[in-house]
Amino acid sequence: MTIAAEKNPPVKLPNEPAITPQVVAEHGLAPDEYQRLLKIMGRDPTMVELGIFSAMWSEHCSYKSSKVWLKKLPTSAPWVIQGPGENAGVIDIGDGQAAIFKMESHNHPSYIEPYQGAATGVGGIMRDVFTMGARPIANLNALRFGDPSHPKTRHLVSGVVAGIGGYGNCMGIPTVGGETNFHAAYNGNILVNAMTVGIAPTDKIFYAAAAGLGNPMVYVGSKTGRDGIHGATMSSTEFNEDSESKRPTVQVGDPFVEKLLLEACLELMATDAIVAIQDMGAAGLTSSSFEMAAKGGLGLEMALDKVPMREDGMNPYELMLSESQERMLIVLKPGREDEARRIFEKWELDFAVIGHLTDTERMVLSWHGDIVANIPIPPLVTEAPVYERPWTLTGLPPTLDASKVPVPKDWNASLVALMSCPDLASKAWIWHQYDHLILGNTAIRPQDGDAAVVRVPGGLSGGGHKGLAMTSDCTPRYVQAHPETGGRQAVAEAWRNITATGALPLAVTDNMNFGNPQKPEIMGQFAGAILGMAEACTALDFPVVSGNVSLYNETEGRPILPTPTIGAVGVIDDIARAVGSRLTQGGLCIVLVGETKGWLGQSLYLREACRREEGAPPPVDLAAERRNGDFVRAQIHARRVAACHDLSDGGLLVGLAEMCIAGGTGVEVAQPAGNTVPSHAFFYGEDQARYLIATGVADEVLAAAQKAGVPAVVIGHSGGPALVVKGLVSLALSDIKSAHEAWLPTYMNATE
Amino acid sequence: MKAAVLVFPGSNREGDVAQAIELVTGQRPQMVWHGDGDFEKTDLIVVPGGFSYGDYLRCGAMAAQSPVMAEVKRRAARGVPVLGICNGFQIVTEAGLLPGTLMRNSHLKFVCSDVHLKVETSQSLFTNRYQAGQVIKVPVAHAEGNYFADDDTLKRLEDRGQIAFRYCAPDGTVDGSGNPNGSIRNIAGVFNETKTVMGLMPHPENATEPMFGGTDGKALFEGIVEALT
Repeated sequence: MTIAAEKNPPVKLPNEPAITPQVVAEHGLAPDEYQRLLKIMGRDPTMVELGIFSAMWSEHCSYKSSKVWLKKLPTSAPWVIQGPGENAGVIDIGDGQAAIFKMESHNHPSYIEPYQGAATGVGGIMRDVFTMGARPIANLNALRFGDPSHPKTRHLVSGVVAGIGGYGNCMGIPTVGGETNFHAAYNGNILVNAMTVGIAPTDKIFYAAAAGLGNPMVYVGSKTGRDGIHGATMSSTEFNEDSESKRPTVQVGDPFVEKLLLEACLELMATDAIVAIQDMGAAGLTSSSFEMAAKGGLGLEMALDKVPMREDGMNPYELMLSESQERMLIVLKPGREDEARRIFEKWELDFAVIGHLTDTERMVLSWHGDIVANIPIPPLVTEAPVYERPWTLTGLPPTLDASKVPVPKDWNASLVALMSCPDLASKAWIWHQYDHLILGNTAIRPQDGDAAVVRVPGGLSGGGHKGLAMTSDCTPRYVQAHPETGGRQAVAEAWRNITATGALPLAVTDNMNFGNPQKPEIMGQFAGAILGMAEACTALDFPVVSGNVSLYNETEGRPILPTPTIGAVGVIDDIARAVGSRLTQGGLCIVLVGETKGWLGQSLYLREACRREEGAPPPVDLAAERRNGDFVRAQIHARRVAACHDLSDGGLLVGLAEMCIAGGTGVEVAQPAGNTVPSHAFFYGEDQARYLIATGVADEVLAAAQKAGVPAVVIGHSGGPALVVKGLVSLALSDIKSAHEAWLPTYMNATE
Repeated sequence: MKAAVLVFPGSNREGDVAQAIELVTGQRPQMVWHGDGDFEKTDLIVVPGGFSYGDYLRCGAMAAQSPVMAEVKRRAARGVPVLGICNGFQIVTEAGLLPGTLMRNSHLKFVCSDVHLKVETSQSLFTNRYQAGQVIKVPVAHAEGNYFADDDTLKRLEDRGQIAFRYCAPDGTVDGSGNPNGSIRNIAGVFNETKTVMGLMPHPENATEPMFGGTDGKALFEGIVEALT
């Protein structure tokens, strides 16, 4: 590549330190990466330039370890308007409307400073969505904490939940769903994955690619402060005992300002003044400006002294690397500055023209007239390091025979224990701190269904009102045992959860949380999970449209469980047909859909009741998933289903108990006559592609199942105040419910 | 009936309440910006939920000093009905239009949940579609909804029938079990002396459609329309 001649070499700042190998290493650049930088620059960089390369080539911004694998995911379908590579994914949901969504991690900041870390994670993902012109309609989050007995866990749960609530509640966007797990592997490195779903007209979607020589580059939102400097670099390394000292790299959020920014941006977007827009997220002004210029194939000149600053004495290095929140970069059409300024001034936000687009393909930054950085843009992007790191796939563990797993001595006690174990216990303590009702569109609330279902504003469709179903799923213990199966299962479960409400699953956002990719076994986990996900996404017509990779989730060399969180969105044309999982009436037949072989390997029963984490995870037959799911959805659309629940963690008996206590109605069921699966495997096995349906017209459902080639059998009926499994379980719902609901509040209220 | 809904920069349930009003009147209310001290004459003024100016200071304390609230106070003095919901209740209270104050929830956490309310009186323009003693289900969503007033004020409120709603159990029992925030005497909503101003923490506007939280809140808006039309 030929590099445009550098007419204006930069000056060094006063007191600028010399760039020694140590300074380079502190910027997270490997020696060969620095050589690559020197080749691109053709000279020694200034500190500002080094800082820019450091941020842009960090794992967080460059995806250098994951890129080669992410390419294997299917990303297109007729309904995909924008796949990965923009601020968020965009899908067509009919009637001229698009759903815009993405999930993103804020793991490291949330461990260091749980309230602000989680809050700014939520703020960041919402900005990604409204940057594209969408008004957010719902938030979700997937949280993984350490062992409840670990001394930090309670503090982290408390801070993260308050932070998520504090930000989303103030923004006025309902937080409608998510998941929370506990495992010792997250003791030193929790996961906070936040997802936002928004709606925009398909012809009013905004992108980041800059265009138009000479067009003004405008900075709007909050002032820039010294918070979050090098956040992206911090997020791209492992933790050690000094991580507390990284607290200053965590940003501080102001949801009120973000609310103003949301309203101001949407007001400006309603005009036609915007050419391109990009939020300032990780690596702040650096990554936003480079991305906009690079995508547009243009150059950019910016006067950093024009950037609104929160404090005196800030320098260009800090301005380029700060991750202060609630900021946006906008390319305006020429002459529209005053109109835009009026809108932002009305909302009492900063507005500053800080530069303009050029045809040089260089980023030229000045400070009170002196040039402080002059970087060719294309090579910084195209010649960024990409690694095909060595990887070792995890082998499939041997299948665990159900006969090697003890039968419960006391079935009643075993069910109560499972229903109140940390992973299955009610998370009401968490979601009661999230405003899940604001905007008045939440049709299926947390815990009332397998996915949240939210009415789409303005979504009149035929005779009904359109709804979106959304969920987030992953079963990390499966991924740990066998990443390919676990990747497949995470996608399949998300697809199932959408299906169980009656919605058609449309697309996925993935949040890949893994350990240190420089270890072949970790890279192998990543590779395996991707391969499994790709297979499932292809088989289920469920493309990945956006995502985020978080690596180096390790502390003192101990990695987290590999956690590829799948966020998913589906559409239901008539929201009045959506069903939840609550069993609210007696006299219904309970139909088990799907085949039950009694798979106990990696089951929660095995872990919680037998204290063993072993065996192969349940295999995922994607053809069966599709067949059974399409069948269930058709039954819901035909109005034959009163309640539906997919079977996952804890298996059939746990699924049944969840339906009963959510709706306050009991059941009486039995293992079908002639079924030879051992009872504990039948009721606690975690075979995939299964659902429970409560129906008043079992004959019709069974006939349809037979026609579709779907295994379906009536296992009992609803009614009464107890959950009864013939010969095995007899429990008052109130007993299950009180244990289920008591665990988390009791844990959080305890003092040690 | 013509209604105005105030909009502070941090209001976030103004759309919900506007939608509820439109549902019962067929008319979109007028949305009034916080800096607007002179807005069209209306039959009802609603101060909606949200975070007014961020509420980093005591909730509603700054909003109570806004240009629009100065005008609301003038109109309230002339008898124009004012309904303050959630943050609106905090603002109206801070503005001195209602007695008492809203403190941090006793458990110190934000709470979003359906609650049950006992209607204390049907003798007001806000509650005329309910029966005294009726139990309704509507949601709350707040971090500072812990109503407090001193004993003398409470006695006056009780004596004059100025308590609008109390938190209760599903069967109507007024005790700690149904109280989501520690409010004194389970008070969820109060009137001014003339019952032309009402403030409440719960969100009747989020209980107006069967699929989206039920319809127990709808009668509140229907009652207002009936009284003011």
